[in-house]
Amino acid sequence: MKFGIVVFPGSNCEHDCYHVVKHVLRQEACFLWHKDRTLAGSDCVILPGGFAHGDYLRCGAMAKFSPIMETVARFAKEGGPVLGICNGFQILTESGLLPGALVRNRSLHYLCLDLTLRVETTNSPFTAQIPPGKVLKMPVGHGEGCYFADAKTLKRLEVEGRIAFRYCDSKGNLTEESNPNGSLLSIAGVLNERGNVMGFMPHPDRCAESILGNEDGRLIFESVIAATQGH
Amino acid sequence: MKVRVTVLYKKGVLDPQGKTILSSLHQLGYKEVTDVRAGKVLELSLPKMGKAQLEKRVKEMCDKLLANPVIEDYQFEVAE
Repeated sequence: MKFGIVVFPGSNCEHDCYHVVKHVLRQEACFLWHKDRTLAGSDCVILPGGFAHGDYLRCGAMAKFSPIMETVARFAKEGGPVLGICNGFQILTESGLLPGALVRNRSLHYLCLDLTLRVETTNSPFTAQIPPGKVLKMPVGHGEGCYFADAKTLKRLEVEGRIAFRYCDSKGNLTEESNPNGSLLSIAGVLNERGNVMGFMPHPDRCAESILGNEDGRLIFESVIAATQGH
Repeated sequence: MKVRVTVLYKKGVLDPQGKTILSSLHQLGYKEVTDVRAGKVLELSLPKMGKAQLEKRVKEMCDKLLANPVIEDYQFEVAE
């Protein structure tokens, strides 16, 4: 299986994703420059973390006009899996491929820490291999990770099972303290209507091998691989 | 000519900057302030053009790029 990792000016996690895909999971990986218009035969597109276009104006506001985003939107429309991690999540919401928006953390602080999140649905190519309700540990690093959507959209996300992950405590309880950035409904990740586009703030690319002391991130990548290979 | 675009969070969107500024104003004794919304001001320099065209163009810019309709409202005025 081939992963295409989009590189915007200012992306800084593309090599983390490449390393996990290529060297840890032994899959094909390629970089796609934001000015490219093809996905080079990729089976899954990753929008990695970073500060695309300097995060100026709003995070992701300018990245949505990068030429490759038209191709990514078409790929998503055809059902191709697209995963936006952190800044990639912000780009997906700005592009309208996912609902809502990511705004400044409630604390106004840049957050860089390990935290726990609970998988809310296994009905997606990114979560299918995760046991239902499982609590995962993953690092986050963001200043604008507070998920916002209007009440109607939130209701719809809940009803349609499109909340993929929620921040929780180590036992899986949703508490005020375990919501690091003020996200509404403690949302850490959401899916599009069809379930083939997921954006989320934590970094599975930074916790996918034992040498780093945490392999929980592997589950996301392994789920996509299994889904693509038809398992 | 110059056009000043003001972008503010919509009502209902958490504005932690505004809240922090409000609490600073209160600490300085300006208790009469009941709310602060923090946003951005963008000043656009443009060649002279008619009002209708200007409004159409700037509105387009705001809708496409300068503001995110999910979380922000905008307004603009000719500054000079």
